[in-house]
Amino acid sequence: MEPILEIRNMSVFFTQYERGIRRRTLPVIRDLSLSVEAGQIVAVVGASGSGKSLLAHGILGILPYNSHMEGTIRYAGETLTPGRSKKLRGKEIALIPQGVTYLDPLMKVGDQLRKGDRSEKAHSRIRRALERYGLGAETEEMYPFELSGGMARRVLIASAVAENPRLIIADEPTPGLDARAAERILGHFRELADEGAGVLFITHDLELALTVADRVAVFYAGETIEEASAEDFKEPDRLRHPFTKALWRAMPEHGFESIPGAQPYPGAVPAGCPFAGQCPDCLPECREAGEIRLREFRGGRVRCLHPHGDWEKEESV
Amino acid sequence: MKHRLQFAGKKLVRMALLLLGVSLVTFLLMSASPLDPLQTNVGQVALGSMSPEQVARLETYWGVDTPPLQRYLGWLGDVLHGDLGTSLLYRQPVLEVIGQRLANSVLLLAAAWVISGTLGLILGVAAGAFRGKLPDKLIRGYCLLISSTPAFWLAILLLLVFSVWLGWLPVGLSVPAGMSADAVTLSDRLRHAVLPALTLSITGVANIALHTREKMVDVLESDYVLFARARGESEGSIILRHGLRNVSLPAITLQFASVSEIIGGSVLVEQVFSYPGLGQAAVDAGLGSDLPLLLGITVITSAIVFTGNLIADLLYGVVDPKIRRRAARG
Repeated sequence: MEPILEIRNMSVFFTQYERGIRRRTLPVIRDLSLSVEAGQIVAVVGASGSGKSLLAHGILGILPYNSHMEGTIRYAGETLTPGRSKKLRGKEIALIPQGVTYLDPLMKVGDQLRKGDRSEKAHSRIRRALERYGLGAETEEMYPFELSGGMARRVLIASAVAENPRLIIADEPTPGLDARAAERILGHFRELADEGAGVLFITHDLELALTVADRVAVFYAGETIEEASAEDFKEPDRLRHPFTKALWRAMPEHGFESIPGAQPYPGAVPAGCPFAGQCPDCLPECREAGEIRLREFRGGRVRCLHPHGDWEKEESV
Repeated sequence: MKHRLQFAGKKLVRMALLLLGVSLVTFLLMSASPLDPLQTNVGQVALGSMSPEQVARLETYWGVDTPPLQRYLGWLGDVLHGDLGTSLLYRQPVLEVIGQRLANSVLLLAAAWVISGTLGLILGVAAGAFRGKLPDKLIRGYCLLISSTPAFWLAILLLLVFSVWLGWLPVGLSVPAGMSADAVTLSDRLRHAVLPALTLSITGVANIALHTREKMVDVLESDYVLFARARGESEGSIILRHGLRNVSLPAITLQFASVSEIIGGSVLVEQVFSYPGLGQAAVDAGLGSDLPLLLGITVITSAIVFTGNLIADLLYGVVDPKIRRRAARG
């Protein structure tokens, strides 16, 4: 089956001015590849500052003016050009943002969701979408500051669902919610996926992602370093990249171990493997290698010279 | 209701304190002024030819022989009884002088206030919407140029161009010179008001436009505008639906805060155009040691500025849903 969204070698650069006139381009996302199939939830997991939100903005064609994007994005089998994404966003492709700050503080909820469309059809569409998430007609008359955190999240989901999207991009939709509320929100995503939509779920919370995702893409310093099925996370030996393993070990039920160091900032990423500074298994050749490409490996994909389970190589070392 | 009464009460007390403070500072500055009222208003030569009794009577008239504290308290006592005193220069009740002058100025002030506010808002929103592009650069360039131009210099420049070279508009005054009062038409008055009002508007625009631009840029970089884009709203709809709405609150503050700047600007501009308004009267009163008139003008203009800010506060309650809903509940 053709994936609903397929991203190949996407890079996002920012243009910055250093000390007045020296221009430099900062790669924030590098060589990212990812695919989402209809009915699937793909979680993109990465620390904050790893460029996850820009991935969402890139797909929607709403990157800031001082940035540009390379690579190809295919949506439903066709290249997603800027013109096409402009036409599709808010309709077939919907964003679910983080929280209440994404609603205009001075506009009533109903007016915002209707996007200026005063027709009876728009009214009933929004009413149905809100009702689906247990929000009554009175919600439409509320201002964002009158919504509770959980309500705001449901309003944002309703805004996406109102248009029957085929691809839903949820960008950190659960921070600040307790575990049960977060799970309820994720349950809504599962429901949408079961109805046939593809869901791209961007989060920093691996544990939460695993409760709902079919596949997980792990993000490190602007690159996808591993794509694995959620199943793979049941046993650490099935994971491929040392960073993914480190993430697994950092989960509370797996020992709560953290790895020392921090991921490099964009622009300060060293040559060779970006994870070299934190990798417990780093070899000299990892630092000297040129570009390390994402490659198929044991049913998933990994960006590492010596991924776990690469027995042949490990024996020869 | 109780909440509103409390609000009104607090504001009234604050206004009384403000006016008291302003009048006291004005009085102290006047007392510290090195100008001798007799020498400025009567003249050295005339004083020299007067008898000591005449000089003494003049000193009493100008209040030179009264101790400052007694003078201020006397003035304050009269004001509390509703009497702002008599102007020493015009020999008319202060309120009457201010009334006439304000009637002349109000056309200028109102026109400048409305024009600079509207134009400033439009230019600011446009600059913010076109951030970094040519319209933004032009608008910002214009605003920075105007901000760094003294108002009186701009007044002289306009005077040179439109009155002296082109001859389209009168050089000064509020009515044609040498015409009897009942022969003056409204169009005469308007023609005389155009240049001073224009000067005040042009200088007022810059400040409002630059502030509005900053706010507009903030709004367009906000999360909610990003989300509006993500939901497929067009750039035009975003500016009209979200931009204007969110710029409106700071715009109200700016617009009413500009009342003080326009009144302040009118002092210089009226001087250049010899326009017999409140600003010119303030200069006359200050230089001529006309204490009752100067105190009267300061107190009344302060009250106008304070009222402007009060209106802004009240409008906030109408526009901002947070305040509105709280008021509706409480």
